Amino acid sequence: MGIQALTAAELAKKVMNQEPLFILDVRNEDEFQDWRVEGKNVEVINKPYFELLDGVDEILDRIPSDKEVLVVCAKEGSSQFVADMLAEADGGDYLYLQGGMKTWSEHIEPVKAADLTDGGELYQFVRIGKGCLSYAVISNGEAAIVDPVRLTDAFASFLEEKQAVLKYAVDTHLHADHISGGRDLAERFGASYLLPEADAGGVTFSYEPLEDGKTLTVGGTEIDIQAMYSPGHTIGSTSLIVDDQYLLTGDILFVDSIGRPDLAGKAEDWVGDLRETLYSRYADLDGDLVVLPAHFSKHEELDDNGLVMAELADLYARNHGLNIEDEAAFRRAVTENLPPQPNAYETIRQTNMGQVEPAEEEKTEMEIGPNRCAVS
Amino acid sequence: MESNKVLNAEGLACPMPVVKAKKEIDNLNAGDILEIHATDKGAASDIPAWTKSSGHELLQQDNEGETLKFWIKKA
Repeated sequence: MGIQALTAAELAKKVMNQEPLFILDVRNEDEFQDWRVEGKNVEVINKPYFELLDGVDEILDRIPSDKEVLVVCAKEGSSQFVADMLAEADGGDYLYLQGGMKTWSEHIEPVKAADLTDGGELYQFVRIGKGCLSYAVISNGEAAIVDPVRLTDAFASFLEEKQAVLKYAVDTHLHADHISGGRDLAERFGASYLLPEADAGGVTFSYEPLEDGKTLTVGGTEIDIQAMYSPGHTIGSTSLIVDDQYLLTGDILFVDSIGRPDLAGKAEDWVGDLRETLYSRYADLDGDLVVLPAHFSKHEELDDNGLVMAELADLYARNHGLNIEDEAAFRRAVTENLPPQPNAYETIRQTNMGQVEPAEEEKTEMEIGPNRCAVS
Repeated sequence: MESNKVLNAEGLACPMPVVKAKKEIDNLNAGDILEIHATDKGAASDIPAWTKSSGHELLQQDNEGETLKFWIKKA
């Protein structure tokens, strides 16, 4: 009996392996409602720690005895405090989340998505707590990383493990929900940083424009990454077709939803572009292409391997955002009743343009919460 | 604002600011005012949420540099 720390990496494994887990989240109700750990076999309840200061008796009967119990809070202290009280009260074993939701938000899990032609590989990096997805294409000792998040150490250790040299760091668009690691990664490894020019109006650093029709080659001539202009979430949003098989859609098309056009304050202007991209440009592509988005919003979007992916034709059959025939109805669906904007999205955009440089701790705070880049 | 007791919880991490605040308020009389100083960012939302759930009244909340200040009237 007693309490034991569970790391974010261990929790990610449990969620991805769909292990049964009971979570007692002791943050305050607003934080819990905003964002929490989710998973197929995860049952989660909320009871703020400050309502348990006199003892935990009132929640003991809500805690199951047939599965592991994890106590979670914002940073760690309160979960340890409550787990201690629980263990003392009923003599059971309790886990608490090391580093709390703050660490959970920053954990990244690399998952192999595919083997490419001539021995190359495609990896999806799942930032499970926030719903961000980054990608690495590696071939013959070279690598490209697409939509890398701020926590670049995860990519650095991946490159080292794969003994690959980073050639390109690419952002499909200027992100509003998380701080990009693209520029940082490119500087660290002497690689090129690519960003669509139309999104780079306010940037304070040099970059290589990611243009329609441009081909990036990784590993000699073995694997091509083809850029395709696909505006709508931002004016510059550009998709990438990897090895003629994989369509990296950025924040334009998700597995269960579509991108929102309002995060740069231009919803009305960009709605037409979004429709054009989703209903014409993507519709003309081969339906066998596998869509790999830059986000997910619900844990149901993760498949049994912990990956977020789907065939384009499949999405045309089942994704609601691709099936709104009436243009006016589409316009309403992507401009009205949108979810709240991501936390600190304006400061995040400024950070990604290099206009502001917040301290590390501040960056963590800015990125707390879900990504909210989809319309629903 | 006047207070009957000042709790300095600066430098303490969550859950201690609320744990100490509860101890202090238990020792006060109904209607007394407890003033809390804290630096843990979580206190900004946790102290008001605790006040609400415990039935006390949050009279005022201020920021002074890094320090968060709260004035709570005991129910």
